[in-house]
Amino acid sequence: MSGGNGSGEARRAAVRLRGVTKRFGAVLANDDVDLDIPAGTVHGIIGENGAGKSTLASIIYGLYAADRGSMEIDGRPASLRSPADAIRLGVGMVHQHFMLVPTFTVLENVMLGMEGGFRLRGGEADIRARLEDLSRTHGLEVDPDALIDDLPVGLRQRVEILKALFRGARILILDEPTGVLTPDETDRLFVVLRAIRDAGGTAVLITHKLREVMAVCDTVSVMRHGRLAGHRNTDETTTGELAELMVGRKVGQTVRPPESGARTPVLRAAGLTWRQAGSAPRLQDVSLELRAGEILAVAGVSGNGQSELLDLLSGLADVQEGYVEFAGRRIDAAHPATPAELRALGLAHVPEDRQRRGLVLPFEARENAVLGRPERAGPGPWTSGAAMQAHAEPLIERFDIRPPEPRRPAAGFSGGNQQKIVLAREFESVPAVLLLGQPTRGVDIGTIETIHAEVMALKERGSAILLVSTELDEILALADRIMVLNAGRVAGTVPAEGATARRLGLMMTGASEGMGA
Amino acid sequence: MTGLPRWLDIGVLPLVNLALALLAAAVVVALVGEDPLEVFAVLLQGAFGPGALGYTLYYATNFVFTGLAAALAFQARLFNIGAEGQATLGGLGIALACLSLETVLPGWLVALVAIAGAALFGAAWAVVPGWLQAYRGSHIVITTIMFNFLASGLMVWLLSGPMMRPGQGSPQTRLFDEAVRLPAVHDIVRALGFEAARSPLNLSFLFALIACVAVWVLVWRTKFGYALRAIGHSEEAARYAGIPVRRAVVAAMALSGALAGCMALNEVLGVQHKLVLNFSAGYGFTGIAVALMGRNHPLGILAAGLLFGALFQGGAELNFEFETITHELALVIQGLVILFSGALAYMFTPWLARLLLARNAAHA
Repeated sequence: MSGGNGSGEARRAAVRLRGVTKRFGAVLANDDVDLDIPAGTVHGIIGENGAGKSTLASIIYGLYAADRGSMEIDGRPASLRSPADAIRLGVGMVHQHFMLVPTFTVLENVMLGMEGGFRLRGGEADIRARLEDLSRTHGLEVDPDALIDDLPVGLRQRVEILKALFRGARILILDEPTGVLTPDETDRLFVVLRAIRDAGGTAVLITHKLREVMAVCDTVSVMRHGRLAGHRNTDETTTGELAELMVGRKVGQTVRPPESGARTPVLRAAGLTWRQAGSAPRLQDVSLELRAGEILAVAGVSGNGQSELLDLLSGLADVQEGYVEFAGRRIDAAHPATPAELRALGLAHVPEDRQRRGLVLPFEARENAVLGRPERAGPGPWTSGAAMQAHAEPLIERFDIRPPEPRRPAAGFSGGNQQKIVLAREFESVPAVLLLGQPTRGVDIGTIETIHAEVMALKERGSAILLVSTELDEILALADRIMVLNAGRVAGTVPAEGATARRLGLMMTGASEGMGA
Repeated sequence: MTGLPRWLDIGVLPLVNLALALLAAAVVVALVGEDPLEVFAVLLQGAFGPGALGYTLYYATNFVFTGLAAALAFQARLFNIGAEGQATLGGLGIALACLSLETVLPGWLVALVAIAGAALFGAAWAVVPGWLQAYRGSHIVITTIMFNFLASGLMVWLLSGPMMRPGQGSPQTRLFDEAVRLPAVHDIVRALGFEAARSPLNLSFLFALIACVAVWVLVWRTKFGYALRAIGHSEEAARYAGIPVRRAVVAAMALSGALAGCMALNEVLGVQHKLVLNFSAGYGFTGIAVALMGRNHPLGILAAGLLFGALFQGGAELNFEFETITHELALVIQGLVILFSGALAYMFTPWLARLLLARNAAHA
């Protein structure tokens, strides 16, 4: 299973798994996995969504017990009953969603659970000294008295890493750590990971981004369908080969079609400012224009106003200042529009969070295919199984939703197929305006190709598309124009032609203004 | 809801809970020195023996109405624990209709108005907490329970004052006219020429069955039901879909309150023929356990309603037969069933899943 493994044999393994198998109901998440993570390296575990990499990490961290198989940590057999056991053996984990108390300071978060006695003060001075020492040696500077709430995402992640190191972690697992980071913050994270490696530690990076693996990892294991598909040294492989291992076949690139001519504006927004009652504005003076047959992409670090923009344009949040003009209607604070009204005017919306918003997970696929389109569910006030079935079947076929079972609950589909259900529903009517939030988040590479092709096809048929994505690669592959949001403001709008990830990255952090457009 | 396959969740889990409740009850019975088997035999005899079935079905009618009320609200994830108050108000609606109209209109028409009154008054009493929840964010559990107290206070004032039977000192209205009362089942059966034991069972049992079908159609065959279920599973998704969530919440509470109000048909229009204090007698709360045990499905609620009806009727028999089993002890036995199938309904889920599903996996 570990074909092509060169220097790994010579090195001591920090973690060694043999025959690890884990089953959830009917799903075999890990199937007879043999894995050696060499000590003193940055090791990548990559795979598509649902390939079993997070399950594997959870087993190493003691969150799940394997059904079968054995594990050694630093050469000693380990049977973990809980993360506490893992921590004792020097394994730490940084979760995708941070586990920090936002109203506590950095120091308080680090000492949480190891206060050392009933009274806080005694332990605190000691912990502060050790924390400062750790920060210095690993290049993890952060103010111990800062409130977590006040820290940017990159620094919060730093606190998570410090927490793990503070608890004696020599093997640090990071689950999709770069999803919330700017390109710049990502670079700084990689510096930290290298520092951990150089200090003799081991970092395990779980990701689906091949570029990052190539940038920072020494060795990489590829997972596919719960099995280990291969093991490589990064200096002896290419992203193409890794992608092929992940998907099990050759992967093509999305081809940008030639530009079409002048386009008519379909939706115009001007001066949108929006705030949650009593707090700072989440969107400030945002204006934009969507044109038929064009994709306007919104780039930005997650949490810089993209979600609020989608909510406003889709009618989920009420316009407070500014206005939106769409299909002959002017929507402002005095004239709000509901999601149902906007949909009737020809607006479709693929929400960012498909599991909470885009789908009702316990509902059958065919019931989800009529969500927001009650007229498709049956005649008059009734719902009809036959009508929903007749509506769902062609969608399932066209979008190749697997398994092709209209009566299966949405929760029973993989992430990629869940997303296809949402897309099929929203694309079906060729909407005048499509709001497209994170269309490929958590979707496997093979499906990303399909989704991108469908988006381009919809654009060719004349839909005006607003694409919100945190993946710059996706934005560069699809967009005609790119609007960058930073702290709720438009940092600039640039034509996609000639835009680079580096330049956009600088605009995203507010370091550079784009040219107006 | 439990992550178990449907057949386990609906079929096996309630039976396991019932068995455990009876086991616990058996221990209690043994502790007071009686033979549990003998006691259960008496309980069964008391519930289904000759002349008893009518009583069992009469109690079941109450449980089906309040169970449906809890279940319908719960489809939209609303915890309506105000069925007591809504039933009380339903009774008031009936009494007002009967007392004011029975001399003016024909009896059958007054009965129809009374039925509508029960539903409307129950609905109105539920709409206020529903509106407060939807538009002002007051928690429905708090408001519905407060409305129970309000209803009970209102009833004391009315029945000891404006609505009290003239010339008498007990807190109740005068009897309704014969013509407006719901016919008793034994009267109908006798009119057809068969023998039938006297029981309080009346036409409202039929209404309860109709309500079961209506709720099923509403929840699983209409767009309104689709909206309710969408709200119940994910309010975010419902809002995204353009469902007017607030209006649907108020409507769900109105229907839930109407069902609870209809419980009064059985008690007030069918049996007592007058409005008395506290006729809701805890049926509203037990309805929550009935809905839980019936997994919010009308068929399950009918089955659970019958079970609770049998327990109430059979339990009442126990203290006639056994000196050591007092009325209070019979209540303890009923309480154990409510505890295991209601409050602890999901306690054994993980254990059951491991036991049965692990074996399945081994077979596969």
